[in-house]
Amino acid sequence: MLNSMPVLSLIAQIPEPVMRWFVWPTIKFVIAFVIVQAIVASFTLVERRVLAFMQARLGPNRVGPYGLLQFVADPIKLMLKEDIVPAGAQKFAYFIAPMLPLIPAFMVFAIIPVGPPPYFEITSVNIGVLLVLALTSTGVYGLILGGWASNNKFSLMGGLRSAAQMVSYEVPFGLSIIGVLMIVGSLELKDIVIYQERHIWNVIPQIIGFFIFLVAMVAENNRAPFDLPEAETELVAGFHTEYSGMKFALFFLAEYAAMLVNSCLAVILFFGGWTIAMGEMGLTTPLLQSWGAWGALIGGIVFFTKVMMFMVFYIWLRGTFPRFRFDQLMDLGWKWMIPLALANILVTGVVVLLLNPGGA
Amino acid sequence: MTTIDNETMLNVRTMEINFGPQHPSTHGVLRVILRVDGERIIEAKPVIGYLHRGTEKLFENMNFPQCVPHTDRMDYVAAATNNLGFVETIEKMMGLRDQIPRRAQIIRVMLSELQRISSHLLWLATHAIDLGAMTPFFYTFREREEVLDLFEDYCGARLTLNCMKIGGQPYDVTPEWLEQLGAFCDKFPKACDQYESLLTTNRIWRRRTVGIGVLSAEEAIDWGITGPPLRACGVNWDLRKVRPYEIYGELDFEVPLGANGDTYDRYLVRMEEMRQSILILRQCIEKIRETPEGDLKARISRVIRPPEGEVYHSIEAPKGELGYYVVCDGKSQSGYRIHVRPPSFINLQALPMMAKGHLVSDLVALIGTIDIVLGEVDR
Repeated sequence: MLNSMPVLSLIAQIPEPVMRWFVWPTIKFVIAFVIVQAIVASFTLVERRVLAFMQARLGPNRVGPYGLLQFVADPIKLMLKEDIVPAGAQKFAYFIAPMLPLIPAFMVFAIIPVGPPPYFEITSVNIGVLLVLALTSTGVYGLILGGWASNNKFSLMGGLRSAAQMVSYEVPFGLSIIGVLMIVGSLELKDIVIYQERHIWNVIPQIIGFFIFLVAMVAENNRAPFDLPEAETELVAGFHTEYSGMKFALFFLAEYAAMLVNSCLAVILFFGGWTIAMGEMGLTTPLLQSWGAWGALIGGIVFFTKVMMFMVFYIWLRGTFPRFRFDQLMDLGWKWMIPLALANILVTGVVVLLLNPGGA
Repeated sequence: MTTIDNETMLNVRTMEINFGPQHPSTHGVLRVILRVDGERIIEAKPVIGYLHRGTEKLFENMNFPQCVPHTDRMDYVAAATNNLGFVETIEKMMGLRDQIPRRAQIIRVMLSELQRISSHLLWLATHAIDLGAMTPFFYTFREREEVLDLFEDYCGARLTLNCMKIGGQPYDVTPEWLEQLGAFCDKFPKACDQYESLLTTNRIWRRRTVGIGVLSAEEAIDWGITGPPLRACGVNWDLRKVRPYEIYGELDFEVPLGANGDTYDRYLVRMEEMRQSILILRQCIEKIRETPEGDLKARISRVIRPPEGEVYHSIEAPKGELGYYVVCDGKSQSGYRIHVRPPSFINLQALPMMAKGHLVSDLVALIGTIDIVLGEVDR
C-alpha cells in the first residue's frame, strides 16, 4: 500500500544532502512550531487556572469541559476583533511591532534540544548559548517600536521602561550563564546537558549564578514582579495600550514564547535538561538512547515537566509579589545583580583553575 | 526643571500626562494632570467633578427621610456610616440624641463597624492591586462578601444599604444574624493575618510604601486631613473616642497610631483598625444579648420638621471625619441648606503636595493610600 504511493517514491529521489540540510529541518521546525504554539496557547489557560487556584477563585471554566477549550476560544475572539489603529500612529512601525518579538522567540526553538539526540533537536549549533542570547535580546525592539508608534504617552513610557529594563537585565542574564560555560567548557546546549549528567547539575555549584539567572529571566520577560513595561495599574497597559485584536494577541504569544524559551534555557543550563541523572547514575542520555524512540519520548517528557515547573514558578511569582518601582528595579539590576554575577564569575574561574591546574 | 528648546521655543524637558479620568487605578473618575520629567512628577493637579450629581442640592428638595437613601450614594462603599452621620445630625437638630433606644444604638455601632471593615477591605484590595500585588484583592473580596451577606440579611441591600432611620433603626437583628456575625468575628483575624503575610514584611511592598507620601502631623492638621491618614502621622484623633456617639463611650478599643505618616504607616493603621473593629463587634454582640428586645425607634411624629436653626455633626467614617451641616428654617420638612463634609474630598487635597517629587508609580500608591471614593469627593 505504502510502496505504491507516488509521493514516497518522489521523496526517495531527493538527493541526500537536500534531505539532510533542508527537508528534515523544515519538517522538524514545522512540527516544533506547532507544538510550541500549542504549548504557548494552552499555557495562557494554565496560567489563568493556576492563578485562580492561588487566588481563591475559579478561573475560566465555561468553554468546554473544565474550561479546557478556552485557549481555542480566546484566539478566535481576538482574531474577530476590530483592529484599531490610533490616529497619529506610525502605521508601518505600529503594524510591524507585534511581529518583532514573536519571530526570535520562536526561532530559538530551532536550536533548543528538548530530548536526547538525535530525535528532539532541529539543529545543533556549536555556539548554541550565544545564539539563544542573541536572538532573545532582539525581542525588545518590538516593545520599543510598539510603544513609540502608538502615539500614546502611556505606551511611550512603557516602551521606554522596557528598553531600559531589557538592556539592564540582559547584562546579568548573560553574566550569570558564564559560570556554567566555564565549568562545562562548551557553548553547545547538548554538551551542557551531557556534562551535567556525568558530573552534577549546574544548579549546585552555580547556585548564585542560578538565582541571578532566575531573577534576570523574569525581568527579561517583563513578568511580575518586574512587569513594569505593561504595569496595568500605572501605565494602563504600557506598550500595548493601543493594540487590539490579533496584534495584541501576538504580543502575548511572544511574551509566553519568551517565557518558554527562558524556562527551557534554565532547565538546560542548570537542571540537567532531559536527564534525571548525576554522576552517570539515573536516567542518562545513553540509557535513553538505548531505548530508541521511547527513550526519546521519555526524555522529552522529563524535559517538559521541568520546563512546566519553571512556567508555574512564573505564575507563582505573579500571584505573590507586588510590583517593583522603576528606579528600584534599576538599583537591583546594576547595584546588586551585576556585581554579584561578576563575583560569581571570578570565584568560579578561580575554582575551575584550581581543580584543573593544566587548564581546561 | 523646565528647559526651553531654543529653535522651537517648546518645552522639551517635561511632558504633560492626563492621568485619568479613565484609568484603571484612579478609583473611579479622578483625573490628575501630571507634569512629569521622565517619570518624576513635577506637578500633580487633581481635577474632580466627573461624578458630580448635585446631592446637596437634591437634599434641599426632599424631606429628611427621603434624603437618607441619597447619602448611600456618596461614599458608596461605606453606606452605613453615611446613613449614620445623616440621621444623627437630624436627631441632634430635633434634640432626640438621648432618646434613641439602646438596642438601636448597638445595632448602629455594629453596622458602622462592619462597614468600616468592608470599606477598609476594599481599600486594601485596590491599594494592593495598584502596587501590583494581585492576590490580596481576591482574598479581601472573599471576606468582604461575608460582610455584604450580613448586610443583606439585615436590610436586604448589599451596597446602598439605607439601613438607618431618623429616630432609630428600622429592623431588629435576629439571634441567627448575631451568630453569623460571631462566626465572622472568629474567622476574620485569621484572614487579616493572611493578607498581612502577603504584604507587611514583603520587601517589595515595604520599598513601595515606606517613605512614600510622607505627611507631618502639622501638615496633616493644616490640610484638615482626618481618619487613618491623620492617625498615621501620630495624631490621636478619632471621633469615636474624642466625641463618642451612640455607645462608643462604653466600648473598649484602641486607636492605632502611626509614627512616620507614610504610606506604609497608613497601611498598618488601617489593618489594625479592622482588628479593633472586630473587638468592638464582639463587645456589641455581648451587649445586645444583654439588652431586652423592645422599641427600636424614639417616639417621634411621622412628619419630621426640625426647629429653626443650624447644626453641624460629624462621625468617624472609615475614611475620616464625615460631617453634615444642616440649616433649617423650622417651617418646611426639608433643609434650607445641607452641606456635607466628605473625608475623601478633604484628604484628596494633600495629593499634589504628597505627589511632588515622586515617580508616576508612586502616584497610584498615593491615590490608593488616601482612600478616596469619587462618589463622595464629587457628591
